[in-house]
Amino acid sequence: MVTKPAERPESTGGLIRTLLTNRFSSIVIAVLLSLAATWIVISVMGVEPVRVFSIMLNGSVGSVDAVTQLLQSWVPLVLASSGLLFTFTAGLWNIGMEGQIEMGAIFAYGAIHFLSGTPLSGPLVIIIATFSGMLGGALWAYLVGLLKNYGNVNEIFGGLGFNFIADAVLLFLVYGPWKPAGVAQGSTKMIESQYWLPQLPGSYLSLWALGAAIVGILIVAVVLKGTYFGLKLKAVGKNAKASFMMGIPTSRYMLLSFILCGLFAGLAGSIQVTGFLHVLRNSISGSYGYVGLMVGMLANYQPWVVVPISLVFTALSKGATGLGIDLRLDSNLSGVIQGLLVIFVLLMEGVRNRLSRGSKGISHG
Amino acid sequence: MDVELINIHKRFGKVHANNGISLTVKSGTVQGILGENGAGKSTLMKILSGFIQADSGDILLDGKKVTIHSPADSVKLGIGMLHQDPQDFPPMKVVDNLIIGSPMGLFPDRKKIIREFEELQKQFNFSISPETYVDTLTVGERQQLEILRLLWLGAEVLILDEPTTGISASQKDLLFATIRKLAAQGKAILFVSHKLDEVEALCSQVVVFRQGINMGSMTPPYQTDKLVEMMFGKSIVRSENVCEKQEDKSFEIEELRIDDVRLAIRDVNFCIQKGEVIGLAGMEGSGQALILRALAGILRPTGGHIYMIEGADGGRIDLAGKHYFTYRDHGIHFLPAARLEEGLIQGLSLAEHFALAEEQTGFMVDRDQVENLSKKRITDFNIHGTPESRIEELSGGNQQRAELALMRDPLRLLLLEHPTRGLDIESAMYIWGKLKQRCEDGASIVFISSDLDEVIHYSDRILVFYGGKVSPAFEASSVTIDMLGQLIGGKGWS
Repeated sequence: MVTKPAERPESTGGLIRTLLTNRFSSIVIAVLLSLAATWIVISVMGVEPVRVFSIMLNGSVGSVDAVTQLLQSWVPLVLASSGLLFTFTAGLWNIGMEGQIEMGAIFAYGAIHFLSGTPLSGPLVIIIATFSGMLGGALWAYLVGLLKNYGNVNEIFGGLGFNFIADAVLLFLVYGPWKPAGVAQGSTKMIESQYWLPQLPGSYLSLWALGAAIVGILIVAVVLKGTYFGLKLKAVGKNAKASFMMGIPTSRYMLLSFILCGLFAGLAGSIQVTGFLHVLRNSISGSYGYVGLMVGMLANYQPWVVVPISLVFTALSKGATGLGIDLRLDSNLSGVIQGLLVIFVLLMEGVRNRLSRGSKGISHG
Repeated sequence: MDVELINIHKRFGKVHANNGISLTVKSGTVQGILGENGAGKSTLMKILSGFIQADSGDILLDGKKVTIHSPADSVKLGIGMLHQDPQDFPPMKVVDNLIIGSPMGLFPDRKKIIREFEELQKQFNFSISPETYVDTLTVGERQQLEILRLLWLGAEVLILDEPTTGISASQKDLLFATIRKLAAQGKAILFVSHKLDEVEALCSQVVVFRQGINMGSMTPPYQTDKLVEMMFGKSIVRSENVCEKQEDKSFEIEELRIDDVRLAIRDVNFCIQKGEVIGLAGMEGSGQALILRALAGILRPTGGHIYMIEGADGGRIDLAGKHYFTYRDHGIHFLPAARLEEGLIQGLSLAEHFALAEEQTGFMVDRDQVENLSKKRITDFNIHGTPESRIEELSGGNQQRAELALMRDPLRLLLLEHPTRGLDIESAMYIWGKLKQRCEDGASIVFISSDLDEVIHYSDRILVFYGGKVSPAFEASSVTIDMLGQLIGGKGWS
């Protein structure tokens, strides 16, 4: 539920205070501030900011080609972000998302690797690969959850650890058993095109992948906002002890939130393989797990808000790839912008809470 | 210093906690502030002392308008608030507690502070050693320390929020003498309480709040029934003893043993009858809380049996060692004293609580149904709030009523930790009225309370705890406060 700003019957500090305490306008201010900060950063680098912004705009939404690529990259990010809403709602930080995406990719590629050449039809193999990818992600998340529940290992450390392990497994496979003939290049050989998710002609975009992302966010929204499961998960996230007292099996719900999150991670990973890259390679997770955490935070854990924010984040990184070519700027600039955005939004949220302090959360009587 | 509060408004969500309250307190007077829980007393005091800010309204000190944004502001202006729970640092020395709160810079002059402290406490006949550690002081002494600290910081206006909770009778006398002396020195005192006798004994003027509104004031001689009517809107008559006793057994506890870090409880035997109320009395930490949690299935006993009697033929199920959820499934319900830590979920609305507590119907939450149910429960249980109110926006009494409203049927055994702690008489009687209904439906109640009056008045039978020992069950009608007090203090045990 969105926290509503406190009603202020009479003006106590004028327009500025109102702007700062309203949720929407405070986000607008945060965006403007981060743009200004980016402007300064770019100016310091000796480039004209207007050019940078126009190149980025062009690179992200300037052409049909750019837009299809934007949507293609949006798919894994929105899947990762929406999966993370389950763990966020349960009050958990699933830092292990990266590893879970990697495991999803490994399982999906593995399924295709073992099934290619068999009489099974292309679409069937794709379906099997997708489900095994989801299984892989869920399994990896489940392990983190088990460690938390039964080993008393904080999920942040557990997740981080399993990220490293997933990395190692991926490298081992890519440079070892699944290495293509010839020189090792940090990538397997490409899967046969019959195992590719069908793509729009002349583009990388797969409508199937896009559909999966949209269905995914719909499912998350319905489950979290409309079901008993979602409500109980929220209760566990807010106060595990009281939830247990009210008869909710808290450990089981925490585990389930990990598994659900892992399913989404695995789906994202398998789509990276079947729908986009068609290989298994180094860092196939593309930092979507970490960026997804930022998206989730910025969206204040609201499913509907995840859609536009993940789109903006994807546009930023897509747009920035052109910078290296046209201006010889590092495309990591997009990371700087994303980081600034997160910092300013959180900062403005802090300001908002401070200004409306006392109008919530204090008992009286 | 004269204090004037003019037309103060404060809302928490949809709850109008202070609805246009005005109040003037002249220097040299003791102003009593009466009202039931949730009437808006604490809210107004928190506004005056800077913990929260009013939505609108003015605060005037000696006729000059001031703005108070934080507790530090209020201290600077000479307003000091004595909280219900002492706001001190127990692991530190008395003198360090003074230094922490003072604006004295990096190198405070300890000797000077100690000298000033000693002079100050001589005025009031307190005897607290400045070098002693705060956690060795009694609640009453910590309160004295807090008063001295506020005076030392230059408080001209003192707010005392329920100051007589948890202190001894002699400390109370000393406190009252101190308050009178402070008033004589020209301080303005705001004395917040729901205890009529104290307010009448002490205050030169009394105002009564009800539901965020100033209902009017009175000066001596006080007419108690008038004050009660202003507080509650009607006169109160204490209700009759709660439960009609029914003779059939509901639970049998045999040879129950509990081992805790601090306490070993051995061989507890008693039975619980249908519709019966059993009060557990004892000093805090004597074992009654552990027994209650064991009966709820939260604490696993190290031995013994908790039998639940099933049917007329006396067949019984042993619940000892079973999971807490099994207890719940058998209609055993536990109401913790720490409402916001263990009983309710901050950040969730009342409606969400009701949805969680009810039997789940299908996969999706039926919003309309939950909304209707919430509205009905809110009316049935007299909760001041809406289905959308978040639980932490409610006052203590309303939270307690919400907890009662959350209990599911059928209820077999209800275990209560301090069911009316911090509530005024009206709320307490309301709670017990609701509990009585549960007893009539055949539920049994076992409860802990440190209020001996409550234990004797509402129990059918009483078990007394002392250092892990459990007395045989006494018929409540044969027990006096004096006798109970002696047992609790460890006298009269064979």
